[in-house]
This record gives sequence, C-alpha cells and structure tokens, in this order.
Amino acid sequence: MKINHHLDESTLVSYVAGSLSQGMALVVATHISLCEKCRESVIETEAIGGALLEQMDSSEISDTSLETILSQLDEEPIAEPEKGVTDQSDGLVPPPLRSYIGESLDSINWRRLAPGFAYVDIFTEGAGVCRLLKVSPGKSILPHGHRGSELTLLLRGSFSDEIGRFAQGDIADLDDQVEHQPLVDKDQGCICLVATDSPLRFTTLLGKLLQPVTGF
Amino acid sequence: MEDWTGTLVKMASTQDKSLYVLLYRHFAPKVKAYITRLGVSEATADELTQETMLNMWRKAHLFDPAKAAASTWLFTLARNQSIDWMRRQKYPEYSLDRMEKSLEEASDPDTAEKHVSSYRMTQVINQLPENQAQVIYMSFFEGRSHAEIADRLMIPLGSVKSRIRLAVEKLKLTLRGEA
Repeated sequence: MKINHHLDESTLVSYVAGSLSQGMALVVATHISLCEKCRESVIETEAIGGALLEQMDSSEISDTSLETILSQLDEEPIAEPEKGVTDQSDGLVPPPLRSYIGESLDSINWRRLAPGFAYVDIFTEGAGVCRLLKVSPGKSILPHGHRGSELTLLLRGSFSDEIGRFAQGDIADLDDQVEHQPLVDKDQGCICLVATDSPLRFTTLLGKLLQPVTGF
Repeated sequence: MEDWTGTLVKMASTQDKSLYVLLYRHFAPKVKAYITRLGVSEATADELTQETMLNMWRKAHLFDPAKAAASTWLFTLARNQSIDWMRRQKYPEYSLDRMEKSLEEASDPDTAEKHVSSYRMTQVINQLPENQAQVIYMSFFEGRSHAEIADRLMIPLGSVKSRIRLAVEKLKLTLRGEA
C-alpha cells in the first residue's frame, strides 16, 4: 500500500503519551497498522517516553511489594505473542479496528444519513466523535473547519480536497487552521474512519442546518 | 550506566529471578512516580505499578531490543496499564511487541548504542526551551490533549502543535545520533 499522507508528529506524541481521546487513538492505531513510516516514527517517539521515565525521581516502594510480586511470578501465565500484521487486502478491516466493527468492510450495518451518505458510530462519549462514514462516488462533503483536531483515515476509495488526493491508508490530520471540502472520486465510493475532539464547524448555511443531524 | 536492556533480555531468556529483582528495584520506583503524576491515588499507583511489573515478567520474551530500550518498553507497559484503568477501556494500540514471525529471529545483543542515545536524550530533554518542555511534560505526564493544553496555556491550538513538533524534532535528531 502506497501511503502519501501521514500523521503529524504532534499527533504521534499525544498518541504515544496516551493523551489522545479514545476515538482519535483508534484512528491513529489503525493508520499505524497500515503505515510503515508512521510505525517507525512511533518507535522513535516512544523512546522519548522511555527517556522521560528514566529521569523520573523515584517514588517509594515498600519491600513487601517486591516480596509479594516474587511469590507470584511462578504462577504467572506467560503472555502469548500477538498475531502478526496481515496484508491489507481490500475489504479486510485493519486489526486495531476489528474488535469494534468486525473483520469485513462489506458486512457493516450502515445507518443512512442523507442520499449518498451513511455512517456507523464507534465512540460517542466525550466531546468528540468517532465514526465510520461511507460516501457515494462523486459526492462532496460540505466545506467545514474544525474547532479542534480532526483525523480522517481512508479505508477504501479516495477523495480530493484543497490539500491533495487521499487514497486507501492515507490519513488527513487537520487542526483548526484548515478548512476543506473533500470531494469523493467518481470511480468508487469511499469509506473513512473519522474522529474529532470537538464537533465540526460547517461554514455553509446548509451545513449549519445539517450539523445537528450529522454531529460532525 | 547499567545496561538495563541487556539485563531484561537476559532475564527473558534465563527466567532468572535475581535479574528480575534488579530490574524491579530500578524501574518500579520510576514507574510508580510516572503513574502518580498522571493523577491517581497512592493506593492505585501502587496497584498499577505492581501490575506493570508483573507484565514485565509475563511479557519479557516479547521484548524486542532491536526496537526499544528497556526504559521505553517499560514506559509503554506503564502507560497502557494506567490508561486502561483510567478509561476502563483498552487504549487502541498497535503493539510494538515482537510479533509471532519475528520471535524466531535471533535477538540482537548489541544494545549499547540505544543506551547512549537514551542517556543523551535525557540531557536534551533537560535543555529544551521552557515552552517546549512544558508541552512535552503536559502531554506525557498529565495526559492532556492538544486542545486542553491550548486552553490551559491560553495559546492557539496551532502553537501547541508547533511547539511539540519543534521539541520532537530535536529529540529525534538526538536519538538518531545526529545532534
């Protein structure tokens, strides 16, 4: 898979630090499972966490804690290795997302939103949202800006906006400086995983009217 | 500097509990300090630290010294343990543990280079300009999102991101041995 659009370094830091919302962390983990370059980047960023841990002042730990744990070691089951990453053939859901939506992109119970648009909510708690969005070929998403950050990962199909063309595996990592209007390519519809840390802000009147319905 | 990475690799292959004790004495107090800074009670920090240190034993054979230093791996164990507890939901993760396939490959005993970097990195972190160090600390130790940091410091979201980017750029250069 040729990936052209990657995660911003600052987003990777939040992910590695554990300070991303659950939904945004899911989008990041899913992209990383597809993207070798960002995987390398995560390894480097985690080393920052390691260095920070190494320079922590030590907290007090009682000797009984160590004794307790030593007495438990023999009974501890040894952890099984995780399954390796499988090749991403179209239609197969990347591993981090599987426990939420299953293994196939073709067996999802979509909720219709408007002609050409369907969605499924993945996380709804908290300020932001995380949902799967399906858009028909040639459709355009309303121009919108963001108050916070927005991550969009392409799982199938492609779209183009002011920034460029996004295809399978690409991620659009946008903050409040960006206003864009994605237009889905004509040959096939697209499925993307979107997460925000606050509601989207549409710039058109129609968008404002639609916002309560879409939640984006 | 002690070669903690080498100690961890050795403990994994020998199951030697005396090595576990050495690693525990070095890392457990740091892990607890990290977890405490995330804002949990003393009792919870103790509990999460114990769980993290148990995981060190259980997962040691999955540790891949080619990918990370021992401190980095311990950091990820402590982070996951804390987040999963705080959110009562598993933090979506792409695991950097050794995958099934790579388990058969010989491990790389030459970890000295990573250690120097890790030590150097600590120095570089301490030399970051105050406003860059601040956003790194708020991300790692207070678990704050970019938006929360922006609110707290009363600066635009874009500034939070660019400060983090600047800091990370320096830290990564150090890591690659170019600075």
